[in-house]
Amino acid sequence: MPVRLETTGAAAVAHAMRQINPDVVAAYPITPQTPVVEYFATFVANGEVDTVMVPVESEHSAMSAVVGSAAAGARTMTATAANGLALMVEIVYIAASYRLPIVMPIVNRALSGPINIHCDHSDAMLVRDSGWVQLFCENHQEAYDMTIIATKLAENEKVLLPVMVNLDGFITSHGADSFEMLEDEKVREFVGTWEPKYPLLDIAKPVTHGSIDMFDYYFEHHRQQEEGMENAYNIIPEVFAEFEKLTGRKYDYLDLYKTEDADYVMVVVNSTASTAKYVVDEYREKGIKVGLVKPWVFTPFPKESFKNALNGKKAVVVLDRAMSFGKEAPLYTLVKSSLYDISEKPAMGSFVYGLGGRDVTPHMLREAFDAAINGELELDKQKYLGLRD
Amino acid sequence: MPLNIKDLVKYVEENDWAFTQGHRLCPGCNAPLAAKWATVVAKALGYEPVVGAATGCLEVSTTIYPYSAWNVPYVHNAFENVAATISGAESAYRSLKNRGKIKTDKPVKFIAFGGDGGTYDIGLQSLSGAIERGHDFVYILYDNEGYMNTGNQRSGSTPPGAETTTEPVGKAKPGKIQFKKSIFDIIAGHEGVYAATAATSEPFDFMAKMQKALEFEGPAFISILAPCVRFWRIPESTGPEVTKLAVESKYWPLVEYDRGIYKITKKPRTFKPVKEYIQKLGKYKKLMSLYNTDELMAEIQEYVDAKWDRLVALEEISQNKPLRK
Repeated sequence: MPVRLETTGAAAVAHAMRQINPDVVAAYPITPQTPVVEYFATFVANGEVDTVMVPVESEHSAMSAVVGSAAAGARTMTATAANGLALMVEIVYIAASYRLPIVMPIVNRALSGPINIHCDHSDAMLVRDSGWVQLFCENHQEAYDMTIIATKLAENEKVLLPVMVNLDGFITSHGADSFEMLEDEKVREFVGTWEPKYPLLDIAKPVTHGSIDMFDYYFEHHRQQEEGMENAYNIIPEVFAEFEKLTGRKYDYLDLYKTEDADYVMVVVNSTASTAKYVVDEYREKGIKVGLVKPWVFTPFPKESFKNALNGKKAVVVLDRAMSFGKEAPLYTLVKSSLYDISEKPAMGSFVYGLGGRDVTPHMLREAFDAAINGELELDKQKYLGLRD
Repeated sequence: MPLNIKDLVKYVEENDWAFTQGHRLCPGCNAPLAAKWATVVAKALGYEPVVGAATGCLEVSTTIYPYSAWNVPYVHNAFENVAATISGAESAYRSLKNRGKIKTDKPVKFIAFGGDGGTYDIGLQSLSGAIERGHDFVYILYDNEGYMNTGNQRSGSTPPGAETTTEPVGKAKPGKIQFKKSIFDIIAGHEGVYAATAATSEPFDFMAKMQKALEFEGPAFISILAPCVRFWRIPESTGPEVTKLAVESKYWPLVEYDRGIYKITKKPRTFKPVKEYIQKLGKYKKLMSLYNTDELMAEIQEYVDAKWDRLVALEEISQNKPLRK
């Protein structure tokens, strides 16, 4: 029987890793990802997993070791946050281009500078073009589930891409909540084993990984990488369906909350969606038709789902917990562009919120909804929630 | 049992080279000697080598897609991280072996190759971390004293006065003024390690050290002086001739370190002046034409003498006194 655990999001992720029991985990601690590594190290120390853990000296080496390990043919995981991810970036791109199915929880935290250890999504947005699949999680349950789903998705032969599982720093990673944990065997059965085609350690069939591509092949290989991403887009619903069969929990590209008959829709990722759902209910009680779209899948970006969900709405407000200086905020720009050719375009508003862990209150979300309801949205005018003047 | 020449010849006659011909390294380059010798020793001893390479000459010239000069498993990741990368592969091996998923019964050995840029400079942290963690691998530094792959830029290994494009010798400044880092001492400072220097003029010394490195349980490191004939401005056929002089002049002593114990593996009966070595190298030509180098030569001579005396002393005091077991 599945059990219910009251614990932190970091522990939920670590438990998923324990149940997956990867061959190798190479990780370097960084706030607020640290408890993920600590919990997992304790599982190793107590013999609850027989994973080989590599306590590297930096995130750059974490991602480098993970590439070496996955290329060798081992199921491999790491985890990081913010500056750690930024230090890794060079190798993050390489991992994707080598088609290595690495799974990496990202405990989202603001990028420096100035240094700040609290939640925002600037780290995830830094690597949105790196070729990794990016999943986002509202709470402990989703973080646990997505870590398991990510493993299966990454290793699919048609996909073979690394996957990031994003959860909010401190809010999810350190906050206590309950989640349902599957039986160990069920998880192991679900993820199965990975049978890599060209592992380094198949000595009888030596392969060269990471050769130099000149102008005559680099382009084609990138095209193939895009094909892997297209395949990921097509296979994600299959993996979600399989997971639903196991758990009864239904995932999709987008979590649609009361959007069907809604006139005004908010788009937001991760933990703020919980607050937003509460605010949606408040409006609904007053008879105002609002709804919420929370992407579970950010890369590959589920354009079609956005079109279907938002066509004909009166207004859409997109909330970004990251900035793209001098350009539109990352989520806003993608949502807006996906609506380019729908028949009934909504008014649109861009709101940046919660940077560096700035608290997000129902009041702030009402501000965004009210602007939509009162017809006060200005296209492409970036506004800020909870910002002091 | 140490490998002998007969075994090696027999091995080469009966088997393919692990590192094959047909690569695109320059004629006269000394880097492939290290690659060839290291892998053939591993193979002849019955190991299955898995090779990692840092970005550099050896990497770009041997794996131009869709070709590869490597007959053994090979991975390249980036410039600064071959040690971390190979540490990941080695960890995967331990894990998969423990889980019964490795098909070969032969012992697998991990060999990382890096140039001096990828070792002294940008890859130093990655290497230090991998050594400290005690991974079982051999790191081979082919030291050509600069970023030669990209056209002769200065590295932490470039000796003073050698012409490079990022610290060129000019009228106002005599090129690089700093001495080389002592990478051997840096690695020895990790203590639980086997470390050695080698030169392309001494293949058997290198091979004996390679054997020790492979048999050493834990991290091992060999830095081999391997001239870039192109940017050292020497004739293509003279790489080993030049490194012979480097050894005979104390510029590049052949030495090894095993968990605290130092040993000089070649003690020339008489030494040549270091000037004789330096004068052979075209990379000093500009310096010598613009400046009076007497003072610099004296300083280098003094330095190599002191280094040698220090090594002799270390050998003596460390006898039978390992720091770690």
